[in-house]
Amino acid sequence: MIRIESIRKSFDEVEVLKGVSASFEQGKTNLIIGKSGAGKTVMLKILVGLLRPTAGDIWYDQTNFGQLDKRQLRELRMDVGMLFQGSALFDSMTVEENVRFPLDMFTNKTAKEKLDRVNYCLERVNLEGVNRKYPSETSGGMQKRIGIARSIVLEPKYLFCDEPNSGLDPTTALLIDELIVDITRENNITTVINTHDMNSVMEIGDNIILLHLGELTWTGNKDEVLESDNQVLQDFIFASPFLQRLRRAALSSSGE
Amino acid sequence: MNLNFLYNFGRYLVLLRTALSRPEKFSMYWKETMRQMNDIGVGSLVIVCLISVFIGAVTAVQFAYQLQDSFVPSYYIGYIVRDSTIIELAPTITCLVLAGKVGSNIAAESGGMRQKEHIDAMEIMGVNTAAYLIMPKLIAALFVIPLLVCTAAVVSIGGGYLSSVPTGWITDAEYIRGVRSFFEPYYVFMMFVKAIVFAFILTTVPAYQGYYVRGGSIELGQASTQAVVYSDILILLADYLIAILLTV
Repeated sequence: MIRIESIRKSFDEVEVLKGVSASFEQGKTNLIIGKSGAGKTVMLKILVGLLRPTAGDIWYDQTNFGQLDKRQLRELRMDVGMLFQGSALFDSMTVEENVRFPLDMFTNKTAKEKLDRVNYCLERVNLEGVNRKYPSETSGGMQKRIGIARSIVLEPKYLFCDEPNSGLDPTTALLIDELIVDITRENNITTVINTHDMNSVMEIGDNIILLHLGELTWTGNKDEVLESDNQVLQDFIFASPFLQRLRRAALSSSGE
Repeated sequence: MNLNFLYNFGRYLVLLRTALSRPEKFSMYWKETMRQMNDIGVGSLVIVCLISVFIGAVTAVQFAYQLQDSFVPSYYIGYIVRDSTIIELAPTITCLVLAGKVGSNIAAESGGMRQKEHIDAMEIMGVNTAAYLIMPKLIAALFVIPLLVCTAAVVSIGGGYLSSVPTGWITDAEYIRGVRSFFEPYYVFMMFVKAIVFAFILTTVPAYQGYYVRGGSIELGQASTQAVVYSDILILLADYLIAILLTV
């Protein structure tokens, strides 16, 4: 479980996060949603330690993230996996080398053990026979899956995904979502996903926090989205007239 | 302006300190150092030899022209080519060229990794990115660049021979006599001191420029250009300081 308390972040005079407190639960897919500029990416970067908050605390289970020295931080990061928006695969390495990189850097496994683990992770994301390919020889969806394979290769306790569906067609986006949910449940890890994808919200949102202009505006889950009166949430999720009609239809058919 | 300089200089020193901390996994750093040695050393050998042969050739021809109606013995051409090459031309010209070739490459590589979030990805894995990205390059450069400079000096002396002996400026025996006359081993020491200092500059300055790059492709291009310009200026400045320190 990850807990954040009164997180604030300012860049010069601009306050991007204004005292956000929330919990991200273990074994669930926790979504941070919000419009562009709401502070989602800053929040995710603070959670993984790429940015330091101006104020506030981050707790990884019982560990206060901000109090760790460099060595402790590095140890904690062994338990963290992250899928980047652009996948962040190393272009000059093959798929196998990309996935193997954390194993090479941090473990003393034999070559065979590493290969077995790499192959297991690639199979887990439904990618086989691509070991020798370079990232540029794979599709966007495959790159996301390679990114997931790399992020789980060290068996992390915490998984962060930044816009996992961006740039993907709806079918592939759903597959990626399902994959993340399955991996979260199988390994009982704390997964935090930064997204503004409507389908993701309605399909995999076990625990959702909505950011609006740097403030926490709404928390709930996918089942509560439809019935919520929160105007910011409704404006965000059901932005188009078509979706608004769909919502009205869904509500009337459920008896409201 | 001064504050900006101090800020960058301070950040450069902090980056260096982080870059020189203990590696997470020795074998990974070793592998990367070998790759860098190949890229910097073997990858630069042809251009270094090409430039060196012309430096030697031009130096020999220029001095042969200057000395043709003087009382200075003509075998001095070999001596002048040797010493000017060892003391100044081989280390300085080679490293100025390497600042362009290797320096811009280091800045572009690090900057590209920053922009594509590769550095962030490694950070989150727990990798000390400053160390992993800079230390192997620095160690590789400190070993390989003195060897390249040494090669440049030898090739340059050969270039002097090629331009002055077959063309009839002086005889084969005169050139070789000149090359073997008045030899001071201390000049070779100076050459290696310069090569090591210049190697440090042309690796760490571009690495700093690339590591902290922000923005897009225009900023990356600017960082790459700045890396070369700053490296060149610092190499020339260091050249002057070493000349004063080692000869006074």
